[in-house]
Amino acid sequence: MNRISSSVKFTVLAAALLMSACTTKPQATNTAPPPASPPPMAAAPQTSSIIPGSEQDFKVNVGDTVHFALNQFNIEDADRGTLQKQAAWLAKYPAVRLTLEGDCDERGTREFNLALGARRANAIKEFLVAQGVATGRLETVSYGKERPVCTESNEGCWAQNRRGVSTVTGGATS
Amino acid sequence: MKNLSVAVLVLAALFVFPVTGPALAALQVDVTQGNAQPLPIAIPDFVASDPGQAAMGAQIAGVVRADLDRSGLFKSIDPRAFVERITNINVAPTFASWRAINAQGLAAGQVEVLSTGQIRVSFRLWDVFGESQMDGRILTTQPNDWRRIAHQISDFIYERVTGEKGYFDTRIVFISESGPALKRVKRLAVMDEDGANPIFLTRGEYMVLTPRFNPTAQMIAYMSYIDTKPRVYLFDLETGKQEMLGNFPNMTFSPRFSPDGNKVAITLENGGNSDIYVMDLRSHQMTRLTSDPAIDTAPSFSPDGRQIAFESDRGGSKQVYLMNADGSGQHRVSFGAGENGTPVWSPRGDLIAFTKQHGSHFTVGVMRFDGSGERMLTNAYHDEGPTWAPNGRVLMFNREAQNGRGSQIWSVDVTGRNERRVMTPGDASDPAWSPLLK
Repeated sequence: MNRISSSVKFTVLAAALLMSACTTKPQATNTAPPPASPPPMAAAPQTSSIIPGSEQDFKVNVGDTVHFALNQFNIEDADRGTLQKQAAWLAKYPAVRLTLEGDCDERGTREFNLALGARRANAIKEFLVAQGVATGRLETVSYGKERPVCTESNEGCWAQNRRGVSTVTGGATS
Repeated sequence: MKNLSVAVLVLAALFVFPVTGPALAALQVDVTQGNAQPLPIAIPDFVASDPGQAAMGAQIAGVVRADLDRSGLFKSIDPRAFVERITNINVAPTFASWRAINAQGLAAGQVEVLSTGQIRVSFRLWDVFGESQMDGRILTTQPNDWRRIAHQISDFIYERVTGEKGYFDTRIVFISESGPALKRVKRLAVMDEDGANPIFLTRGEYMVLTPRFNPTAQMIAYMSYIDTKPRVYLFDLETGKQEMLGNFPNMTFSPRFSPDGNKVAITLENGGNSDIYVMDLRSHQMTRLTSDPAIDTAPSFSPDGRQIAFESDRGGSKQVYLMNADGSGQHRVSFGAGENGTPVWSPRGDLIAFTKQHGSHFTVGVMRFDGSGERMLTNAYHDEGPTWAPNGRVLMFNREAQNGRGSQIWSVDVTGRNERRVMTPGDASDPAWSPLLK
């Protein structure tokens, strides 16, 4: 019993950490200090502050970002799991629509990177469609090198910028 | 924004003294040598017919001095060194007093206000050692267009001395950047070639990229993310109206006008693949020029309109390719080191400017249209996206600092000399040079 409750507590904490890292408006319930004594099992649904089928649910519990190698647009093996989860989630919430954004690092001309970003966004789209997601639920957009998430001119940063981001643009539970 | 007009008349030479023999051809500059030896020229504050115009006379001369100095081909002499004071430009100067301060050229001018409210600016360009008038003009316009008169006088002097057309009476369309590196605000803007009179054409609520002038400098083609849909738009400077170019389900980008202004070459993305098309602005008919499964983008017409240079990675690396304007005869032309893109044809037709990429290092260079004679003009961390002055002698480009510390517009002579920062309100990128204004 003791072991179970400590593992429950861990799950709750991890979710809270993810929440604060990924959202601009943390829910008040997550900022409250955890109770001193192990909470009874009934307290576990603290995770329900993330509404299933919501944008947050997608971001936190599914994962919205995949990464690409330099000048490449093929889906890396490491990212297939994320996209499979995205497809499964879309199957569960059939009203949801996604915008798939393709981004590049700074090592390409502005024009070429717009084209490369479109390739990346489209590669994600093709993967999701192959998983059974209807094409009409997916829109693509390329931002080339115009939307970096990291500004250092080194590989660590470039790797973060070469990415595809799936954003819920409609049909989510709120 | 109305098309400004300046009326120009030729000012007759003064035949008041004998033409001396040997030094006649003294005043000339070889533009192919860059700024190896800038020509010393004296440009006194323009004479004002009434004291109320003295400030404008000084301002006009100041702009002419700054224009010619910026070219790297001239060195204006500090007015404090002048021996003679010009009070009437219709009397020949005392050449000995200008030779004494080593002036090889002397540009003297005057400003008058007409009864119509317009200003009339006259100037004479003298060859100090040849003791002869090289040029003389009368320019008339509205007082608030005085900067254009100054730039036109700079162009007359530049042309008379170098034998090449000038480029000072031109404008630059560019992207004005502000805000933090991870949340840049990018606005469409235009300014005079010297950075004066900047005007913002969009407010920054959506991102804009890669603006280009049409041949009359009245229309701008650019890419915009209005409604988060990246498409090519046309902005009419005369009416202030903007309209989407065509209506496509996917991204359109990298627009560039044909030399006659009747067509726009663009890239259209479809299913992730980018290919080059040409749209006829009169019939709105789209013609597909490339259909390679690789990326084809950044088209640029040759000045005769017969060929198009573009960037493609069809050979495994990004390189410059050429094709006929109907899409036939596609072939690779850049075989130099690294990867090469954003080709831009010189208005003279002799060279293609391009961006070279070596890993994370970007520089701007030129090559002949067959790919030979590659010459790099810059050497910084990230220089990209060249644009030509209408005379094909000077380029501007985008210089980005490392680690997201901003972007500026710089210029460089086609010889690789005379690299200078271009004045912009805040950070800036994607410059495009207009033709000479009409």
